[in-house]
Amino acid sequence: MSTIHIKGGRLIDPSQGIDATLDLWLREKQVLAVGRDGPEQVDEVIDATGLIVCPGLIDCHVHLREPGNEEDETIATGADAALAGGVTTVACMPNTIPPLDTPAGVEYIVLQAKRAKKCNVYPVGAVSKGRTGNELAELGRLVEAGAVAFTDDGAPVANPALMKRALQYASMFDKVIMQHCQVMELTEGGVMNGGFQSMRLGIPGMPPEAEDIMVARDIRLAEVTGGRLHIQHISTARAVDCVREGKRRGVRVTAEACPHHFTLTDDRLASFDSHFKMNPPLRTQSDVEAVIEGLTDGTIEILSTDHAPHAPEKKARELNLAPFGIIGLETLVPLTISYLIEPGHLDWSTAIRMLTIAPAQLLGLDHRKGSLRPGFDADVTILDPSARWVVDPSQSRSKSRNTPFGGWEVTGRAHTVIVNGEVRFRAGELTSP
Amino acid sequence: MSTAPASAATWTRRHLLGLEELSAEEITAILDTAESFAEVSDRPRKKVPALQGKVVFNLFFENSTRTRTSFSLAAKRLSADVQDFSASTSSLSKGESFIDTARNIEAMGCDVMIVRHSISGAPHLLAKHVGSSVINAGDGAHEHPTQGLLDLLTIRRKKGRIEGLTVGLVGDIAHSRVARSNIWGLTKLGAKVILCGPPTLVPRSFEQLGCEVAYHLDDVLPRLDVINVLRIQAERQQRGLFPSVSEYFYFYGVTQQRILRSRPDVLLIAPGPINRGVELTPEVADGPHSAILDQVTNGLAVRMAVLYLVSGRASQGDRAD
Repeated sequence: MSTIHIKGGRLIDPSQGIDATLDLWLREKQVLAVGRDGPEQVDEVIDATGLIVCPGLIDCHVHLREPGNEEDETIATGADAALAGGVTTVACMPNTIPPLDTPAGVEYIVLQAKRAKKCNVYPVGAVSKGRTGNELAELGRLVEAGAVAFTDDGAPVANPALMKRALQYASMFDKVIMQHCQVMELTEGGVMNGGFQSMRLGIPGMPPEAEDIMVARDIRLAEVTGGRLHIQHISTARAVDCVREGKRRGVRVTAEACPHHFTLTDDRLASFDSHFKMNPPLRTQSDVEAVIEGLTDGTIEILSTDHAPHAPEKKARELNLAPFGIIGLETLVPLTISYLIEPGHLDWSTAIRMLTIAPAQLLGLDHRKGSLRPGFDADVTILDPSARWVVDPSQSRSKSRNTPFGGWEVTGRAHTVIVNGEVRFRAGELTSP
Repeated sequence: MSTAPASAATWTRRHLLGLEELSAEEITAILDTAESFAEVSDRPRKKVPALQGKVVFNLFFENSTRTRTSFSLAAKRLSADVQDFSASTSSLSKGESFIDTARNIEAMGCDVMIVRHSISGAPHLLAKHVGSSVINAGDGAHEHPTQGLLDLLTIRRKKGRIEGLTVGLVGDIAHSRVARSNIWGLTKLGAKVILCGPPTLVPRSFEQLGCEVAYHLDDVLPRLDVINVLRIQAERQQRGLFPSVSEYFYFYGVTQQRILRSRPDVLLIAPGPINRGVELTPEVADGPHSAILDQVTNGLAVRMAVLYLVSGRASQGDRAD
């Protein structure tokens, strides 16, 4: 039996209300103990003095592009990027080619993730067959194959009747419907946020109301069905208000925000650089402030990346033709520290909650992940909270390089990452299990 | 012309990508340079050696006849070698990327690339990837700087000034690159700009650029020194942005009656191609207030000036932009 002793670190586990200098022992694939006393016989001691020890980080919104677009990312390379970013578990989106709308497709992801043996990968199934928004996919069989949630992400479930049915039907399995909120008729041809900047630059806009309206509609549908709704990558002030109000009414709605939506605004598109092209688009300063406020007051309880890799040749095109999306796994931690924790918007415990137990609960993994309770999976992230470094896209573990944060000086990064009791990342290097 | 106009001394840019980033002094420098080139067109031998040995490529990724012809002729009058490139017959149709196409052209010894593209920012993308000077000949709905400059030159020549004038831009402002370049150029040089058209084509947000937005042409007509009539694309009507061409003409068409209600010295310009009977009537287009053909002539001078200024700096290895 292999035992790891992580000693001297600041252990933060919001699921147990812990934020103290405590040791952690892992045995085989499970957490053995948290505290000051543990077994004396250990195989490895990791000195975490000056570091933060927390449950393995969970990203509920990642695109791995396999199958279908392996030139952008594979499950193995995406999982490498996750590990380098301190993320031990990812939920991958179903907008692959073909989409994850069959048990075979979902099982393929599970199998490829096992072969890669990097981080934990959980597939999110498609809501509709072919992601066409017409007919429910076989949600029950997808659950049995390993799907942890459902979404047609990349596009919304546009038809309100289908969305209502999905919320009703998925509640039978207590699974959440994750929605990319956007009224497509209002964003047709859109490339960036619709507003002052798009008007100035003559770039087709995606107005904020396209998101606001869909969020409002789906919260109402969740309310009448009692289903679980999750708002993906929230980006507008009104949408945040709408979620806040829905929660007040007791609707089962959760929301996530991505680092680019709390760090960047649409004036960046003045450079016409496709690295600032994402969907939902970068919004205005008041939207950024509203997202941060939503994170601060608990309206938004999850941080995710929407890691969306695209090969360099695809992004190096004219703005309207370049695909939406940026990579994000390796910049999640430093941007969270630099732009949420250091300015005082979030304390460490709240930020770690948003990256651990909250996404575990969303995905129904909270019986064994997102916490360092004894018996839980031995997934641990050790962070160096004070490391200063400069983001260098060429060093990314992702297959793609499409980040707008290249050259940014940031604080904090993953130090050591343990998955299922095995050290998979240490001192800036991926380690072979 | 053997010596550079004095105003060229203020010019330090390698590219011309838009009027937004130019100062009033830089815009004036181009207009002044254009004045000195206008005289070349009146000579029996319409040629100067200013760009001898330089290679100018017309990279047109979107259809255009008049702008391309105007640039070609301008380059030839400056004695440059000019090569046309149009996307439909190029390797772009074989899947080559926009940037690779431009790099190949550059490898043939290109000094200046004149770029027309249907996507906003495309010339800016090229400017980051090539060593040549890039001139924006119209990018999406963003800017059409040489059209803006030739409109400014036409107004200045006809009215003797820009500052203090009130200029009305009538038509599809939201989707117009000409409108944006006009707005930047006119406001920087001290004119007041009134934008007029239905709210679906003239969003209120344009007020943030320092313009006045008006929906009723008849109300603003008496205040205008210049009417700049922008083209209405049939596609906008098909997308439902206004109910019909005839309704548009009823409210915004520049007719003889409307000219009669305008100031007696009102100047009428239009970037073209004009749709007679949609934006304006033939008697107005050909009437005494119209400077539409002067615009075409002035366009040549403006493009000679721009080619001269950007390639002059490029030849000195200046990368100050």
